[in-house]
Amino acid sequence: MSEGKHTALPVLNNMTRRTAIKAAGATLGIAAFAKALSPIAEWAGQNTSMDEMLQKHYKELGPGEMDAVIARLEEDAREKYGAEEVRISDPKPTPGVKFAYALNLSICIGCRKCAEACHKENNHDRPSHNSYIRVLEMSKGSMDMEKGTADYDHPVPQDDKFYMPVQCQQCDAPPCVSVCPVEATWKEDDGIVVVDYNWCIGCRYCEAACPYHARRFNWTKPQIPAEEINPEQGYLSNRIRPQGVMEKCTFCLHRTREGRMPACLEACPTGSRVFGNILDPDSEIRWVLQNKRVFVLKEELGTKPQFFYFFDK
Amino acid sequence: MSSDAAIATAQAPRHLLTYPRFIARSLRLATDGSPMFYGWMILLTAVCLVGVHAWATQVRDGMVMTNMTDHVSWGLYIANFTFMVGVAAGAVMMVIPAYLYRDDAMHDLVIVGEMLAIAAITMCLAFVTVDLGRPDRFWHMIPGIGRFNWPMSILTWDVLVLNGYLLLNLHITGYLLYMRFRGQRPARRWYLPFVYLSIAWAVSVHVVTAFLYCGLPSRPFWNTAMMAPRFLATAFVAGPAFIVLTLLALRRFSGVQFGDRPVRTLVNIMRVTILVSLLMVASEVFTEFYAGGSHTASAQYLYFGLHGHYGLVPWIWTSVVLTVIAAILLLSPKIYNKPSILATACVFAFVGLWIEKGMGLIIPAFIPSTLHEIVEYAPSLTEWRITAGIWALGLMVFTIALKIGIPIFTGRESLNAYRQAEMP
Repeated sequence: MSEGKHTALPVLNNMTRRTAIKAAGATLGIAAFAKALSPIAEWAGQNTSMDEMLQKHYKELGPGEMDAVIARLEEDAREKYGAEEVRISDPKPTPGVKFAYALNLSICIGCRKCAEACHKENNHDRPSHNSYIRVLEMSKGSMDMEKGTADYDHPVPQDDKFYMPVQCQQCDAPPCVSVCPVEATWKEDDGIVVVDYNWCIGCRYCEAACPYHARRFNWTKPQIPAEEINPEQGYLSNRIRPQGVMEKCTFCLHRTREGRMPACLEACPTGSRVFGNILDPDSEIRWVLQNKRVFVLKEELGTKPQFFYFFDK
Repeated sequence: MSSDAAIATAQAPRHLLTYPRFIARSLRLATDGSPMFYGWMILLTAVCLVGVHAWATQVRDGMVMTNMTDHVSWGLYIANFTFMVGVAAGAVMMVIPAYLYRDDAMHDLVIVGEMLAIAAITMCLAFVTVDLGRPDRFWHMIPGIGRFNWPMSILTWDVLVLNGYLLLNLHITGYLLYMRFRGQRPARRWYLPFVYLSIAWAVSVHVVTAFLYCGLPSRPFWNTAMMAPRFLATAFVAGPAFIVLTLLALRRFSGVQFGDRPVRTLVNIMRVTILVSLLMVASEVFTEFYAGGSHTASAQYLYFGLHGHYGLVPWIWTSVVLTVIAAILLLSPKIYNKPSILATACVFAFVGLWIEKGMGLIIPAFIPSTLHEIVEYAPSLTEWRITAGIWALGLMVFTIALKIGIPIFTGRESLNAYRQAEMP
């Protein structure tokens, strides 16, 4: 801190030398920072484009723009995953339809076929065996999840246990939606909570806010062999997700909005699962809600789940 | 006060000429110094580079480089973020005595507190950024350009209050330094309202950050009304503790003296706040454990371990011991005249609270998970590297701020001195 005292010529030399050293130091520093940051350039070159970076929010995309985005995503699937047949659709909610799910705990045997079907249907990352469904093995006589486990590895069903699959409850008051800082997740008119994978910033606040462990994060770029990719994809549902964003169960909206059943229901060998339009008085789901003693998980939190559980006997 | 300003403007040289000089001089001060200064800055740059590279690699390969999972989805980054918000808010504890109680001895130090706030907020913003899975999409959070979910999302409130606090402190510090540089009395209307605003704002940054967590019914461990008051109490320990350490270090390494009065004031503040903070911990612990039940599981995991998992137990007991020792040392009368005891108390309090409000606050909320599964978490090497890099960045910002600020504020650097040096 003594530079104020310099006087006359000798200082000039001293200053020039100092300046030269400083300039060299600064150059070295900048070069080092550039080198340290180089992995970002590698990533950006392979995994994102200007179009993708500047893409608008789902609700702001015009029809033409949406077509372009879908074409780009299909091209990506071909290029990066070798999946030739991928077709991405964007089915909209049908007016007068609100989906609900019910699950019969008396007959669920805990075989986890639903979780496996979800894994395949939704193009989940293979190495992590990801699925939107976790099946809890619970002790008979207690509804306390603390006494249950999702890590069981023995023949099922066990006599003293019952089995409770948990997935997104498609809450009517979804805490995950209100916490999102960028409106990347919202509830659609047919009750399904969706994520715009191209808008999510990956802060994982929704994952902290969800009381049902329904949300998943893409910790890395999903890996799926080309031949295992499900080519029938929905923009808001099972298309291959980018690295670093949230995802969740969408009640297979690419199927259910076309009048089919969710993959987990089709895979269930016991018929524990009931799915349908809660607004249709003749639907099976309505019959279950009217005639069975149903309950929802963590009702006291006020999230208003649209996923119901019931016992038969 | 307006007449003050009018006279000052009439006599003073034009800003168009003096402001660039102020900037040039500041740049000079920031890059020129003793070998020890260069050594310190090179060390910080090196650590920062390690962090930058680790972060760049994390962006490329994904957050899989961290040890976070879908079960423990926030970790070391958010823990440090939370703690640093407290340090930023606590730095304002210099400002309150100076302006509300007209403690003149504190006036010269206010600027140190504000510089600490600037450095701490810089670190907060960095910690949030490195926690994002898609930092390339940060513009989605810019109001007007992206889609800003305000007022529903507390995170958007946090974005507003943190950036607002940063701007406020940049303005106050910059303005006071510039005026001092010109050898002019600062015009009260250009800083006093901002100073008062910054006091309220400091409280708001920490309350909003607490609301971020306590507003989530999914996490019983966080879902307590105690959160915001507890945050403030710990902030008003950690902030002053760091400032005291800074003052001791300045005295030791650069011979800058601020007198004993400010340190005394800060110690008196900490004596109260650390006890309030401990009382709140005790209160929480009692509520959690006396009746028990499954909502206690997280606290059980934190303090005693749960079903054979003890990951955080050593951390939290270290924190408890450090904080209690710090409280005892602070209460001892020797604290005023023994710098070694004072330094020990401050380091213990700072580290103790860093654990308690960092790992001790964030991680247990995720263990057990919402479906009562137990997946433990310990930070990965990448997370430690990035965290060290951000601390180095914060220390760099703070060092540079002091390096510019102290000579100007003590009158060693001013427009006049600059002129004399220029025209021998």
